[in-house]
Order: sequence, then C-alpha cells, then structure tokens
Amino acid sequence: MSLKAKEVATQNGQPEASYDTIETKLTFRHYPGDRFSHESLGLSVEEVGDIYRNMLLQRRFEERSAQMYGRQKIGGFLHLYIGQEAISTGSAYAIKPGLDSAITAYRDHGLALALGMTSNECMAELFGKVDGCSKGKGGSMHFFSKEKGMFGGHGIVGAHIPVAAGIAFAHMYKNDGGVCICYLGDGAVWQGSFHETLNLASLYRLPVVYVIENNQYAMGTAVDRATAETDLFKQCVSYAMPGSLVDGMDVFSVCQAMRDHVDMAREGQPSIVEIRTYRYRGHSMSDPGKYRTKEELEAKKNEDPILRLKSYLIQESLMSNEELDVLDVEVKAEVAASVTFADESPFPPLEDIYEHVYTQEDFPFLT
Amino acid sequence: MAELQLREAVRAAMVEEMDRDENIFLMGEEVAEYNGAYKVSEGMRDRFGDQRVIDTPISESGFAGLGLGAAMNGLRPIIEFMTWNFAFVAIDQIINNAAKVRYMSGGQFSFPIVFRGPNGAAGQLAATHNTSVEAIYSCFPGLKVISVSNPDDAKGLLKSAIRDDDPVVFLESEFMYGMRGEVSEAEDYTIPIGKARIAREGDAVTIIGHNKSYWRALEAAEMLEADGYAAEVIDPRTIRPFDWDTVISSVKKTNRCVVVDESNPFASVSSEVAFQIQARAFDYLDAPVHRITSKDTPAPYAKNLMEYYLPSTEDVYRACRAVMYLD
Repeated sequence: MSLKAKEVATQNGQPEASYDTIETKLTFRHYPGDRFSHESLGLSVEEVGDIYRNMLLQRRFEERSAQMYGRQKIGGFLHLYIGQEAISTGSAYAIKPGLDSAITAYRDHGLALALGMTSNECMAELFGKVDGCSKGKGGSMHFFSKEKGMFGGHGIVGAHIPVAAGIAFAHMYKNDGGVCICYLGDGAVWQGSFHETLNLASLYRLPVVYVIENNQYAMGTAVDRATAETDLFKQCVSYAMPGSLVDGMDVFSVCQAMRDHVDMAREGQPSIVEIRTYRYRGHSMSDPGKYRTKEELEAKKNEDPILRLKSYLIQESLMSNEELDVLDVEVKAEVAASVTFADESPFPPLEDIYEHVYTQEDFPFLT
Repeated sequence: MAELQLREAVRAAMVEEMDRDENIFLMGEEVAEYNGAYKVSEGMRDRFGDQRVIDTPISESGFAGLGLGAAMNGLRPIIEFMTWNFAFVAIDQIINNAAKVRYMSGGQFSFPIVFRGPNGAAGQLAATHNTSVEAIYSCFPGLKVISVSNPDDAKGLLKSAIRDDDPVVFLESEFMYGMRGEVSEAEDYTIPIGKARIAREGDAVTIIGHNKSYWRALEAAEMLEADGYAAEVIDPRTIRPFDWDTVISSVKKTNRCVVVDESNPFASVSSEVAFQIQARAFDYLDAPVHRITSKDTPAPYAKNLMEYYLPSTEDVYRACRAVMYLD
C-alpha cells in the first residue's frame, strides 16, 4: 500500500458537481494541560497532597515491582503503568467511592492503588500469594476488589469493554445512581467489542464513561500505524455520544474531564474520553522499546505528571520540599513493607486449585 | 401435568422465575417486539415490559459481555442466542469471562447468568448453522452445560439454571421447539443440575443420548425390544457436570454401551464418556464402547447428505447389536 488514507481522501478531492453535500458541525470538548488548578477543582491542600501521594505510590510500587520481577519473585507478564498515573488518580477523584465502579485491562496496578486497594494485597498478588487481592489466582493482569468497586484487571484486549456496559446496565436497572468507568488502551479501539458496545451503551443510555488511555503504542505499534483516524475521541460520532480530548500528563485536566463525564453518565449519557498519555516503560518487562527513539522518550519524561504536580505544589507554596521529602520516604516505606508482606505471605495450598471455579461447593471435578 | 411444546416449557420457566425475582431479565435478538425468532419469548415483553425483556442489535459479543457485567454487578441475566451458531462471535465472552473471571478474582465476582438458545442440527442450513457446541463449552471449567431433550426437563432444568449462581450454557433445539410433552405444574418445579435420567430400564445394553440424540436412543431401544432385548436408555441432561455414577452403574449392569452424540466425533461428548467408562468400568465391559456421532465433516446442505451426516436410529440400532455380538 503506497497511499495513506488521508492522502487518498485528499486525492479524491471535492465531490463531483452531480452530488449534493451533507455538512455536519462536530464539536468536542478539549481539556488541555495547565488549564485547571486545585482551586478551580475545589480541592483542598490536603486533597492535592493525597493526589500527589497516590500517584507517587503507584510510581514507587511499580518501580519496586520491576525490581522484584528481575529477582523472579513475580512471574508471568508485568505491564507497568509508569507515566500514566495522572489518569488513574485523576479519575479516582471524580467518582463516588462505594457507589461507582471501575474496570480496566491488564495494565491495572495503577487503577487498583488509585481506588484504594492496599500495596500489601497488590504486591502479594504479584508474588502469587494467598493474601493477594485475587488470592494468587489472577496475578498482575487480574487485580480485583469487590469492596473497592474494582471489577478487574482483564487480560484479553477489548474483552472487558462489553462487561463495563453490563456493570453500568446493572447500576441503571437497580437505579442505584452508580456509574461505571471503563479504561481501555488505544489498541483496544480496533476490537469489534468496542464498537458493538459503544452502540449498545448509547442505545440503552447506560451510565458509563469509556476512557481511552492513548499511550501512543499498542504494544509496539504506534497509533498512526494502526489507526486511520488518529483522533480516537472522534469515535464518539458514530455512536451519537459526546467525546473529549484530555491531556493525561496533567492530573487536574484529567480530574475536571472525568468529573464532567461522570456527571453526564449519571444523567444517562454515556461518552468517550480520550486521554493522551505516555508509558515510559516497555509494553511489558520483555519489551526493549525499539519502536521509539530515546529522544521521544526523554521529551515525554519532561512532561511527567508526578514531577509536574510536584512543581505545582512548590510553586503554589502548598507543600515545602521538606514535606515532599517526608512523603517520599513514607511512600517508599509503604512499598518496602508490601514487599516484606508479600514475601511472608504463604503460597496458596495445592487444594486451593479447585477453589473459586464454581460457587457450587461440591462440584464433581474430573480428577 | 400440562401438555406444552418445548418452547412453551422454556417460556414457562423464564416467566415463573422472572415473576419470582425482579433481578432476572431476558436479552437477545428479536426477543421482545418480534416475540422471539422461534417464539420462545412470545408475550414476555407485554408481561414484563421493555426494561426486562430487551431487544438487542446484532452484536452477540456486545450483549453477551453486557450480560456478564450485569451478573457481576448483582443481576441475573438470561441471554438468548438466536442459535448457538451465532454465539461463536461471542465465544471469547463465554470462555474467557464467564468461565474464568470468578477464578481469577479469587471468588469475589460470580456470574449467575444463563446463555440459552437452540443447538445442533436444524435442517438444510449447511455447515455454519448446524453446529453442536456442547463438547466445546464443556471443555471449560467454570461453565455448566445443560442439554435438554423434552419439555418437562426444559422447564425443570431451566428454572434450576436460572437459580444457579454459576454461568450455565443451556442448549435447546429448533427441531424440538414444537415437540409436545407433559410438563409438571408443581409449584417451584426444578430438576437438579448434574443428574441424569434413566428413561427406560434394561439389562442388555446401555444407550446414552442427550438432546435430539436421546430420541434416536429411545427409538433404537424400541427396535431392540422387538428383537427381544431390553436396552437401558440414559439421558444425561447435564453435560458438565456429567452424572458418571448413573452411567457407570448402568454399564456395570449391562456390560455394554453405545453413546449417541450429534457432535462431530473428535473430542466430542462421546469421547469423554467412552474414556470414563473404560477408566471406571473396564472389567465390566463385554465389548468396546461404540459411539454414533455426526460425520467427521462440516454439515452438508443436500437433503440426502444431511440425513447421512446425522446419527440415525438405524445406526444406533446396529451399533447396539454389534456390542451385543448379535450379527
């Protein structure tokens, strides 16, 4: 193939005179960086500090996870969220804990910690221990917490998208006022399940927000190599729902956008939010990231959402360097303690292999 | 007892359960306004309204997954596939989510959901519309698989399936929707999942058949009776979990077994049944287990080929005579 879709479109040029034309005005919301402040969001100094701490916790937790992966304490795949923390934390501050629901794909550690799951249960799950959040049955890609409204952690790209619609459907059916937020990557947009589900969500007016975390790469495939229309938020047009574009490196932009979209969902209007972000690490631990340049990576690191918020806290005199240092020590200690906890937690007993398959307690497994 | 068509028995089960529990809803293609592609859900939208009997676009993956999310969040969906052939585009939802997410969540999230619809051969529809899926879904721990052969079982087992807290694949049949049979009117009539039914007692040979194959088994038993032999006919009713005790006890009595299974032969239900019988009752067998399945080909269109493709009563009869060394 020699021509890109855009070039083909240009070549086709203006419609022939024998055709009528249909003109449509499309409007999307844009939430750029540096537009919002803690004051505009109505966040107290303490809350901004909590936001910073939560993002930092995700970062330190995953840095330590990578280390533990190297020491073979963690098996299987490990997909790190580093660089994307503003999305998990920013949206966690836009929902009602205990009422709303969240579901994501396999890059799920950040969301779990943002929703209030503990470092201990998360690290123990990575270690495959019985005290893990999924009792050692799920691992890195399958974190769950019914208590925290965390509906997973799903390993098949796009497979959780219709499930999110169902979670939202149940909120609507029970009329409990809850909303479901579904996170998916830019790669998942090209699964059929995305398109089937967005139509269903709009048709049934489900209280759901679909958040496309566009981190620029579906594994090693850059968005423009997989996508004809690289503005992913424009997918909303096909499903008669609102769509927004958000700077995912600014937690305040994320939080404002998610508040607006969660409000819409609560009124029965599903929507799409594309949040542009960047993952600093490879797709998984085995990925050397040869599909991007060092310069690109370094440039993106200058936009780091955590450093950005740290600068903001200092500039606005919300926290001092000393206070930030104390926080850093605290977070590191929490993560270190989670490693000790995970190390000391027992492996699941062998007879546990038959646990949790069925609710039925005496299912006659073939042995 | 009331005489009902199988479609009416399925409907009766859904209506009774939906009357009992408002968390149950029915969703699928043409289930509401059209009253069901095979009229199974006729009148249900009028009774329960659009909120509980819900038409979908042609998006099996989407609405199967939607059902699963609803089940995770406290509802008890019944998802109708117009036929199980169309569920192949939703199979990821059934295999990866319905069967496995409970396990991967350490038991935190359950899936009280029924996926139901007609399964297996439905006439001259060629290969894509004539698939028997029971063996496929029975491969996956986390699912339960029920396949019914008559209206009474359809009602009793569907009610049990709807009440079950695990995901159930419930297999009906286009050919049998119009079949009439006596159906219990007992209040709260349920049939336990995982229990086979001995339809006919005998000591000469055990014939096992589910769904339409049950009727081939029964017809063959009648032919054998004319020859002076009493065949024992077992309808397993549930494929996963399978009622091994009933089958093994029978084989220990008759010492011979023929399995009738409309699946394609490789890794079919009959494969597992034959394996379990040799593993559990080898010393009781007077002949190798025989099986009659569909041919090892896609289903054909031509009428004569389609008749040749499916298990026939004559095939079953001859297999029984073979294991009895009569010919």
